[in-house]
Order: sequence, then C-alpha cells, then structure tokens
Amino acid sequence: MALLQIAEPGQSTVPHEHRLAAGIDLGTTNSLIASVQSGSASTLSDDQGRDILPSIVSYQADNVLVGQTAQALSIEDPENTVTSAKRLIGRSLHDIQSKYPSLPYNFCGDENHPEIMTRQGAVNPVQVSAEILKSLNARAQAALGGDLTGVVITVPAHFDDAQRQSTKDAAKLAGVSVLRLLNEPTAAAVAYGLDSGQEGVIAVYDLGGGTFDISILRLNKGVFEVLATGGDSALGGDDFDVALVDYLIEQAGLVRPLSPSLERQLMQQACFAKEQLTAKEQVEITILLDDNSNWQTSLSKAQLNVLIGPLVNKTLRACRRTLKDAEIGIDEVIEVVMVGGSTRVPLVRTEVEKHFNKTPLTSIDPDKVVAIGAAIQADVLVGNKPDSEMLLLDVTPLSLGLETMGGLVEKVIPRNTTIPVAKAQEFTTFKDGQTAMAVHVLQGERELVDDCRSLARFELRGIPAMTAGAAHIRVTFKVDADGLLSVSAMEKSSGVESSIEVKPSFGLDDNQISQMIKDSMSNAADDMQARMLKEQQVEASRVIESVQAALLADSKLLTTDEIAAIENAIKLLAQVSQGQEVKAIENALDAVNDSTAIFAERRMDSSISQALAGQAVDKM
Amino acid sequence: MSVTMTPAAAERVQSFMQNRGKGLGLRLGIKTTGCSGLAYVLEFVDDLNEDDQLFHIDDVNIIIDEKSLVYLDGIELDFVKEGLNEGFKFTNPNAKGECGCGESFNV
Repeated sequence: MALLQIAEPGQSTVPHEHRLAAGIDLGTTNSLIASVQSGSASTLSDDQGRDILPSIVSYQADNVLVGQTAQALSIEDPENTVTSAKRLIGRSLHDIQSKYPSLPYNFCGDENHPEIMTRQGAVNPVQVSAEILKSLNARAQAALGGDLTGVVITVPAHFDDAQRQSTKDAAKLAGVSVLRLLNEPTAAAVAYGLDSGQEGVIAVYDLGGGTFDISILRLNKGVFEVLATGGDSALGGDDFDVALVDYLIEQAGLVRPLSPSLERQLMQQACFAKEQLTAKEQVEITILLDDNSNWQTSLSKAQLNVLIGPLVNKTLRACRRTLKDAEIGIDEVIEVVMVGGSTRVPLVRTEVEKHFNKTPLTSIDPDKVVAIGAAIQADVLVGNKPDSEMLLLDVTPLSLGLETMGGLVEKVIPRNTTIPVAKAQEFTTFKDGQTAMAVHVLQGERELVDDCRSLARFELRGIPAMTAGAAHIRVTFKVDADGLLSVSAMEKSSGVESSIEVKPSFGLDDNQISQMIKDSMSNAADDMQARMLKEQQVEASRVIESVQAALLADSKLLTTDEIAAIENAIKLLAQVSQGQEVKAIENALDAVNDSTAIFAERRMDSSISQALAGQAVDKM
Repeated sequence: MSVTMTPAAAERVQSFMQNRGKGLGLRLGIKTTGCSGLAYVLEFVDDLNEDDQLFHIDDVNIIIDEKSLVYLDGIELDFVKEGLNEGFKFTNPNAKGECGCGESFNV
C-alpha cells in the first residue's frame, strides 16, 4: 500500500494524483533537496542517511559519478571531475578564464558556449548541473514514493538572465519540471515564515564554505524585492581553516613546503577544532609529524576568535557597503537571517548581532535553510495549500486571450490574475470537415482583435473531419511564475496537440500597459456594441452555412414550397447580416429558425429510421 | 467504535501537529474516489463540521465524520518506512479489495 502524508484541511488528493513537490538548493559546493511532508519541511537524505550532496560530477570511462563518490576522485582525476559548475553556468569563456584562471579543466567549445573536455567528450556546465539535479530527483522519487510534480530551484540573487535560463535548461535536461526559480535569500526568509510576517527590510547573511553573500530584501505585500546584494566570492569558512592551519604551522615550528599528507592532516584538524569550538571553550590538537612523532597543543575559543576576527570583519564591511547601496539605514532592518554552515561559528553570530543590533535568526540548520524555504514554496506552488495561503507572487499586467470568429477576443486569463496560473477553455470548429484551426494569442483589454496586441500565432492541424461544432478543442493558457506564457491546443477525440511559448510582457513598458487599460475603459460601450454585432454576424454565417449543407444533403425531405421559404429566409439573413443592426440580424435569425423547424424534425426522423432499419429489437 | 494508532504513528502525528503549530487534530476519513471506489483521507483539522465526531486517542484528537465512521471501525494507523519513503499506512479490517497500489479500496 502506498504511504500517506497528512494534508492541509480540504487538500487531500485523489489516489495516484498526489502533488509531490521539492525544493532544491543547487549550491556551488553542496546541494540539497527538501520537501514538505505532513506539513513539515525537511531535507531528504540518500540511502546512507546523508542530506548533503557535494556538487561534484566525475566523468569516468563508463559511467558518471555524482556527489561523494565523485568527490573522492577530485584530487586524483581533476581534469574529468567537475567541481563548482555553478560558477561556470551561463558565463562566457572569457568571463570564466578571467575570474577563475587556475581551473584544471581543458576548456573547449566557443566563446559563448564553453565546454569542458572530459574522457566522455565535451560537457557544458548545464549538463554538469543536470547530473546533480538528476541525482537529487532520483533521491526525492525514492523518498516521496512517486514522480515529482515540480520543483523550486534556488539561485543567488545576483544571477542574471543567462545564468537563470541555464539553470532552467539544466532542470529540463534532467527531466525535472521547474515551478519557479527562487532567490536564495528569499528562500531563507520563506523558511523562517517571514513572508507572512511584518513588512519591512530583511538582511540575509550567507557565509558558506567558499563564498559570502549579503542580500538586502524588502518584503512588500507578500513579494520579496531584492534591494541590493554584495559579498565576496572568495571568502568563506574554508578561509577560517586556512588561517588556523597557518597558526598551527607557526606554533609547531614547521616550515613550508610540507608533505601533502601533513597539509591534509593539518587542514582536517583545523576544521575539526573550529567545529568543536562552537560548543567548547578549548580543544586539544594532536598532529602526527612526518618523523612519526606527535606534536600537541591546545587551542582556546579566544585564540580562534583572534585568528578569524579579521575575516569576520571583512564580511561586516561588505554588509555596510551593501546597506549603503540599498540606501537603507541599519536601524531599518527588522530581521537578520543566517545562512551557510560557517554562521555556526560563535564569533560570526555575536559580531553580526552587534553589527545589526539585532539577534539573528538561527533556529533552522543554516546548511538546510535555503532548501527548506524552497520546499515550502514548491508545496504552495503545486497547490497543496488552500488558496488563502497562496503567496501573492506577481500578477498578469494585461488580459490574455485568443481570437475567435469575427475578429473577437475571447479572454482566457483576465488581467491582475496572480501567477503562476493555468486556465483552459474549450472551442470548436466553425465549418463542416474543418481539419485545422489557427490560434491567435492576444494581450489586452479590448473586445476586438485589432485593438489588442498580437503575441503569437500557431496552427492546430490534423483535427479529424467532423460536422461543425462537433470537435472539442481545449486551449490551455499557462503563465509560469517567471511570466512566461505557453499556450497549447488539443483536439480531444484524436489527441492532436500544438503549442507555443511567449513572453507576454516582452517589449511593453508600464506606460504602454496603463494606456492599454485606459483605452479599454473609455471604449467600453463601443466595444460592447461591436462585440454584439460581431457575435450575431458570426452566428448568422454559421446558420447559413449549416442550413445550406443540410439542404444539399436532404432536400428530398421537403416540398418545393418549403425549400423556397427556407431559401428566402436565408437570403434575407445574409442580407441583413452585412448591415450594422444587431436587432435586425436577430430577427432574421429567428425567421430562419422558424422556417427550418419542420425540416430539422424530418431530418431527425429520417436519420433515426435509417439507423434502426434492419436491426433486431434486442440488439438495440 | 475503535480506532487505534501504533506508537510510531502516534508519535509522528503528535510531532507533525506540534510542528504545524495550529489545528484541532487529525482527520481520518474516506472519499468515494479512486480506482477501487474509496480512498483514505488524512488531513489536519482547523474547523469542525457538524457531523464530526471527536475521539481522543494516545493524546491526539482524532476527528472522523459520521459517514466515514462506518468504514473505519477497527482501523489501525501505522507509520512505516519503506526504503527511503516514509509515511502513514492504514490497516482496515473492513476493506475487501484494494487497487494495486493500495491507495483506494472497497468494502
């Protein structure tokens, strides 16, 4: 039996349709995946109980290793083992080589599409990231017992469009559906529930192993706006270890260069001592020297603080600069969120507290807080929470719709709808035997196509030939959280499908949008009249079409007089439908209906008796 | 009427309730849906409905509506781990058949 989770009130799903969602912290050094189950968000661990997946991919002769197994190879096989692909994603070769001159990889590919030559051939950073995502996705499928409906992936607030798009491409390659990309500091704030809290400025202090990021966010009506970001891409907890190693070498009277094994031992001991001093005041350190003798020393928390103090101060200077960029006074900051393993170091906490004059939020594991925030967001986005708790993320600035017969616009997604959103509407064919349909996607508030903005056109072909009105064509409009619109059309009986993607806000600035809305108000009455006329005209031509088709097929059911009466009525209708009088067209339509009533009746009888002819009663 | 929870289930329900920080209890119920006719409902409860009955089992408020009650008599709620997947599982003496995955059942 499948295992169940506790749902929010009224949000139970029917069997086989559980909306499984996860949040992914796709980090430079480490990645994590988390999910909300039974109302609690937690990270998912692998079959060995490990939450953290090192963001390392190793291309071996016959397989691709990800995570811990790849990490083990990063020293002996650096050319084929890609670490920190996040630093490379969405960047040009020139960017990469000027920023990280000492990478061990053999770069190939062109300036805008750098690739790394491995023994499995050239791979690009998107493919490397996709391997990490695949591994996390597989873990989530095992832990949650099914395919994921969608994930939220976090990216640094300073990621540009190319880096974000590349991250999405990586997800696509990995077969993971992205609900949205979320800024890492925003995810951390969401994890602490700040999105439903007081509006104001929030500082997110993120000190990881190798990078430091400070982000200043403003929460306004449920939306986090990034005011400024800053930091140091080459400052992190690893630098604390380095400072400590240098100190130990000096104390032991050693002189560099040391043997690689001694360097590694010192590094491990330094890291261990640093972690121990989070809870303890003093630790003992024993180093096995190359001559097999032991060297011992003790290290106090106070001494550690002296060593790392300058580094912590460097982060605070970055905080001050970033606040200045955001034009925010330090007293305007209402919350400080701590992210990254290195924020466990007591000195970091006390210094940040002193700097912001505020106790920072530290109750959630700083290594997991970003993934947890992403998981909470993902859970909301797949619809596991009641609508009332839906975060207001963004709204559609203008209505989105499509063209119907007569040059009218049928609105599918109204203006000011919160995104992401998906809406479907059914349409049908206009003519007998119609096998294709043009879908014209429009944006705007007006009733007529000519007054709205055309976004895209595509065709649905291969509709099976049917009588007019018999085909069911379902057109779905979807706007994702990034404002990307996709429209798909599907004929239900045959399943033929066609779709297109557009960016609806493309090229429109705020002024154009407000002008378009204003026009729709001032022209409301005219538009209404125009719509009614068009509708009647369309109806008229539809009726004429179908009556003529019926006459062609079944005129033998009518007398000459009856045929003449119907033809007269049609002629009149054709005439008035060219005019502008809505009422006249309505009357003419009624006249046609009256004159064809007897015809419709006879056609019905005749087709029933045809269907029944030669059938035994018990076969019916 | 008897509904029971294994110690593992009781402990998890308590911790999930506490984690959520609000709510009156846990709703057990059935819905007429799924490939074998009926499916289990497991939800947090914020508001009681008129036909709800409240049971106090192992320090947890269990809420069952009258219609579901007849199907759930004698049921046991367990919390199990299958590989990496963890979750709740019902043992229902009334169920006569289940669909392949066991998410829906008939009586």
